[in-house]
Amino acid sequence: MADHRRINVEEIGDVTVARFVDKKILDETNIQHIGDQLFSLVDDDGRKKILLDFENVEYLSSAALGKLITMDKKVKAAGGKLKLCSVRPEIYEVFAITKLNKLFDIRDDQEQALEGF
Amino acid sequence: MADAAGVAEKFALTIPSDTEAGMVAQNRILSSLERLGYTERDLFGMRLALEEALVNAIKHGNRRSDVKVVRVACDLNDDRAEVVIRDQGEGFDPGDVPDPTAEENLDRPCGRGIMLMRSFMTEVRYADEGREVTLLKVRTVD
Repeated sequence: MADHRRINVEEIGDVTVARFVDKKILDETNIQHIGDQLFSLVDDDGRKKILLDFENVEYLSSAALGKLITMDKKVKAAGGKLKLCSVRPEIYEVFAITKLNKLFDIRDDQEQALEGF
Repeated sequence: MADAAGVAEKFALTIPSDTEAGMVAQNRILSSLERLGYTERDLFGMRLALEEALVNAIKHGNRRSDVKVVRVACDLNDDRAEVVIRDQGEGFDPGDVPDPTAEENLDRPCGRGIMLMRSFMTEVRYADEGREVTLLKVRTVD
């Protein structure tokens, strides 16, 4: 069975940093896998401080936004905190158009995001 | 008309109702627009709009039926790109889709596709009770 891991996870202090492997988060199967892996960080591993690093991401569809919204709800329900960082300008525009920049805590880079988590 | 050769591409694709086929169609159209010299930003917007429109046709229109197809007609040149996507579903009223940016809908995980299409395209038109969508992008000049 091929490895379907779509995010790389690293612990920095008490924060879990999840980096997306894919440049394009468009394909439906990928989005499903990404969602499952993200949700598992909260549901199975009980992590509460999670930073999603978008450095690799060049494209992202509304279906991917849906997974991020569900992730945000899960983290909040568990009493945790979710942040996003290193979002390139075109992708940030997608967040701004949909006004999700108001819902998510988006920081310029990892260093800034890790401050005061 | 020799001057026009190579700066226009007109073609039609018929694809089954699965998103893998949608991705192949998307890549075919994007390759043409790259050849025609569209900017990175235009290509970004076109990929996003095509993804949303094709997924809508395949999932919400045809409901992934293996007896229904999606027809994609492309009229591309170095000035404008027009893509007409048609499904065989029951149709829908684009005016009925709730505003995803309204405070009460902000945390709902769906309903943003049409808004993204409209934002990145020059024009988005629906016809035939929502079964057909036309994406028009006028090329940005560098």
